Amino acid sequence: MSDDLFKALADPTRRTILDELAEKSGQTLFEVCSRLAMKHRLGISRQGVSQHLAVLEAAGLVETRREGRYKFHDLNTAPLRRITERWPLPHPDSHPHSRPSGPEDSTS
Amino acid sequence: MKIHLTSVFVDDQAKAEHFYTEILGFVKKHDVPVGEEDRWLTVVSPDEPGGTELLLEPAGHPAARTYRDTLVQDGIPLAQFAVDDVQAEYERLRGLGVRFTQEPLEMGDVTTAVFDDTCGNLIQIATEPQ
Repeated sequence: MSDDLFKALADPTRRTILDELAEKSGQTLFEVCSRLAMKHRLGISRQGVSQHLAVLEAAGLVETRREGRYKFHDLNTAPLRRITERWPLPHPDSHPHSRPSGPEDSTS
Repeated sequence: MKIHLTSVFVDDQAKAEHFYTEILGFVKKHDVPVGEEDRWLTVVSPDEPGGTELLLEPAGHPAARTYRDTLVQDGIPLAQFAVDDVQAEYERLRGLGVRFTQEPLEMGDVTTAVFDDTCGNLIQIATEPQ
């Protein structure tokens, strides 16, 4: 199960798909393809995107939902918790070298 | 050579006539009975009465169902219409009860949105790049 997670995260295109689903959950395959092609200038076939989504789905990071005749893809970040369960984050107060916590890693 | 006519398959021509004229705002150009039930039914943009006609064609052929269902499942639109303001059109159509499968999405100099035409198809609206 963890292997699926790390495999899914190892590919830059799949990480971009997760970024886009984080921006807006509930996308059709067409919307995911449009975002990759138009926003990120990634030349991937629809079939290729479909395969990336299947890998993300196997890792539990993407869930598909049928609504009538349409099929939507949602982001599920819950499997990421396994990473910090395995390698716990330092507690912000107890660690002298820890950086302030926030939504973005502000190293600059 | 010019593109003077293109078509979308529709489940029901009467329903399609309503949606494409009353909701979308196209105007009927031709309406001629063909065979027992079917009509040669075309609409045009009110901005271009002499422009490309859209044929609302009965989806009677068995292959049409599989073709359209598969495209709709993946959210793929069958036709694209140009509008001045996708966001404004999205809000207008939503107010009329139109179901969108993709909300307005800005991608560089193009904005698009995708909606269900209630006749079995998804349609994309887009701003034309200036």
